[in-house]
Amino acid sequence: MHVIFSLLAVVALIAIAYAGVAGAGMTYLFGVVIPYAAVITFFLGLILKVLDWGRSAVPFCIPTTCGQQKTLSWIKPNKIDNPTSTGAVMARMFFEVVTMRSLFRNTKLDYRVEHGQPVIRQGSEKFLWLYAMLFHYAFLVVILWHLRFFMEPVPKLVGVIESLDGFFEVGLPQLLLSGVILVAMAGALLDRRIRMPNIRYISLTSDYFPLFLIMGIGITGILMRYFLRVDIESVKELTMSLATMKPLIPAKPIDPLFYAHIFLVSVLFAYFPFSKLMHMPGVFMSPTRNLPSNSREVRHVNPWNYPVKTHTYSEYEDDFRDLMIEAGLPVEHNPAEEAAAAEGAEESAGEGAEAGGAPEENKE
Amino acid sequence: MADPTPKPEQIAAVDHKPPAADWMDTKPEFRPGMFLWAVKKESLEGVGQPNPRDWQPTDADWKLPADWKGIVRDGIKERLKRFRSFKIFMDVCVRCGACADKCHFFIGSGDPKNMPVLRAELLRSIYRGEFKTAGKILGKLAGGRKLTEEVIKEWFYYYFQCTECRRCSVFCPYGIDTAEITIMAREILNLLGCQVDWVGTPVNNCFHTGNHLGLKPHTFKENIDYLLEDIEEYAGVKINPTFNRKGAELLFITPSGDVFADPGIFTFMGYLMLFEHIGLDYTWSTYASEGGNFGFFTSHEMMKRLNAKMYAESKRLGVKWILGGECGHMWRVITQYMDTMNGPADHLEVPVSPITGTRFNNAESTKMVHISEFTADLIHNNKLKLDPSRNDHLRVTFHDSCNPARGMGMLEEPRYIINNVCNNFFEMPPQTIRENTFCCGGGAGLNAGENMEMRFRGGLPRMNAVQYVKDRHGVNVLACVCAIDRAVFPAHLDYWVGGVANCGVTELVANALIMDGEIPRQYNLRGEEVNDLRENVGLPPIDWPEADEGEEPSEEGGE
Repeated sequence: MHVIFSLLAVVALIAIAYAGVAGAGMTYLFGVVIPYAAVITFFLGLILKVLDWGRSAVPFCIPTTCGQQKTLSWIKPNKIDNPTSTGAVMARMFFEVVTMRSLFRNTKLDYRVEHGQPVIRQGSEKFLWLYAMLFHYAFLVVILWHLRFFMEPVPKLVGVIESLDGFFEVGLPQLLLSGVILVAMAGALLDRRIRMPNIRYISLTSDYFPLFLIMGIGITGILMRYFLRVDIESVKELTMSLATMKPLIPAKPIDPLFYAHIFLVSVLFAYFPFSKLMHMPGVFMSPTRNLPSNSREVRHVNPWNYPVKTHTYSEYEDDFRDLMIEAGLPVEHNPAEEAAAAEGAEESAGEGAEAGGAPEENKE
Repeated sequence: MADPTPKPEQIAAVDHKPPAADWMDTKPEFRPGMFLWAVKKESLEGVGQPNPRDWQPTDADWKLPADWKGIVRDGIKERLKRFRSFKIFMDVCVRCGACADKCHFFIGSGDPKNMPVLRAELLRSIYRGEFKTAGKILGKLAGGRKLTEEVIKEWFYYYFQCTECRRCSVFCPYGIDTAEITIMAREILNLLGCQVDWVGTPVNNCFHTGNHLGLKPHTFKENIDYLLEDIEEYAGVKINPTFNRKGAELLFITPSGDVFADPGIFTFMGYLMLFEHIGLDYTWSTYASEGGNFGFFTSHEMMKRLNAKMYAESKRLGVKWILGGECGHMWRVITQYMDTMNGPADHLEVPVSPITGTRFNNAESTKMVHISEFTADLIHNNKLKLDPSRNDHLRVTFHDSCNPARGMGMLEEPRYIINNVCNNFFEMPPQTIRENTFCCGGGAGLNAGENMEMRFRGGLPRMNAVQYVKDRHGVNVLACVCAIDRAVFPAHLDYWVGGVANCGVTELVANALIMDGEIPRQYNLRGEEVNDLRENVGLPPIDWPEADEGEEPSEEGGE
């Protein structure tokens, strides 16, 4: 149900844009209004969400320690996986974000029963990490070279990325690997989700939908570039008009597929802040990763640390005084001895001796 | 009642394939052996917790408070504001499934709701269904569902089938920590009075008597007196520890479970001998007589209420700093919570070992040092007279307890100690130790007696790794630095492995310690004859010197 619904939703989105432009001629709506609305929703939604996260307190210092602590001088600490300084935390976050270090640790359960005995092993499993890395980096490269549609002159760096991306120099226009990898990896992640029973079991509509959406974006893009060969001049005219805040629809009509493409992109932008895609900013704010593990060394302050009802020592002694005295345990107040001391004080009152204070201190 | 626990081969036949029905359409079955009894009414009343009543999880009616839905909604809302962790973990999971097969309860049960991702979704689906517009309107399509009594029962079943071990959080690309989610869920369940007795009753005990077992001051002392007699019998050393003594240099606090039960008591005897050996000026407290903190398995507030005793007692007694014994969750509380909750401990000094002069800079603010850090430092500075060959009949492996591993990072210290007091040490496979360690299966208050099947299932991955080193290296003892481990492992080892004992690291230390004025150590601290143990592993017997029959061991004959 989740899979079919998500697929149909993306197909429907393409159909809406196609029909809207090809049938009803709503180029301005799909070419200008919706993209602007989507970008505004994206930035506003993202900022508000992150601010909302920021409003919640971080009461305790709870990093997950994945290596040796800093302790005795002759024991080597694992500075990255158990960071105690800001620099080390930044290194941990860097590897987390740039190399997906935690995901790289992934293992695969190998559970067998041999001769009635369970045999449990954790095998190596790097595919999820590989797919995720390729997927995210391909996405990044695609976004970077798309900058050429929004900048004039095109920055040198964008050109460099493009030429690296087209390293194999096949096809005309030159085949850019990133788009193909993006679609292939979205497909691989989808395939994994559908074929692995447990992953399928945990998957929601909101897991399939973004994958289909991104595949839709990639496929419409590839079709435009290599097969339909949409009029690139007009496309740039439109995108530059959007970028310079002087929106206009080019006189020369652009293929409706282009509008379908940017409609899907708009949907992705608008959907982003309300979805699991927020893992992008979220990873930077995760308290198990972005806090230094130094809470024994430096006190971490909880902004809402309210006082609580405790059971004090004097309440405890009141509960158990007789038992404690009987067992020879020292007590703060010993009524029998205090009474004796008070009597003694009365007797010797004339001599000005001072009784009281702490009667029972040096028993040991 | 007949023991419902299945045979090992029955439990081992785990099917990890999920059922056909969607997880939102299945509900747990409260089957004997797979859940814990509800908390006793008096235990909730004793600490002023809401909705005390007589009930059991198997009842159809859980007698929830009239406005229970409002309580749960407000409880979630309040915690979203108080804990960024909770809020982010509700929002960012992509359900990649990296955590799925990392949970010991999933590996041992195959129940899909034991996959950490689904355990979290049990709460996340309510968060979406009750708080998010899309979830409210679209329901299941947006991953949301409505709050019903069935959901509360499901939470109770699965959040008391998580040991808060954090293994899943090591593998999560966003560091989502199921322990954190379980902690929130348990707090919310506690608002409704839905607690297990194995947590609720120790909490009440600890609040009033100072320790989970409810040992009153004289009993606490008496128990230790028995252990002192054993030490005198087996090692010939007479020790006179002090209790509640003002002006001692250190206060020592350790879990009360070790005062009481085998094999924890041998670790406890180890502390007494170690401190005697180095002439430590320290005292025990009957008031702060619990290192563990089952409040941590109840709510942040309850954790703070119980933990407050440590600093309060150290202040009353006027000690310089606190030394803490072997315990798992105790050290997560001390490392990541204590100073924040109940500090700053300005009445204490930065810990300096009175024996070696080492300054424990890593505990500069909490002012509390772990016994393994302390002992490793002693050994490194040659302050202990050790004969590791006394442990030659032992082939040792070490279990990293979840909390010292993943909530602290104390990995090398215990290994250093073991390697100095034993000659035969073998590591379990790397995916099952250090930060990857598998839980004993009984942490976070799940080491009760009525849920043995659940425990055996949860303990299976750890036990299987023990089996691995037993088969390859003839390992016959599993060492650890956790009192819950010591309460849990003996049964698990008997059930899954056989022929492997369990001990604390300090027990190994004490058996290797050459004490002043000791008698020939023909017996270990357990009262087992060393030559019998040596024979079991094919070692030649030791020729003990003739025992001196004199009433008093003579001063000069100190060999």
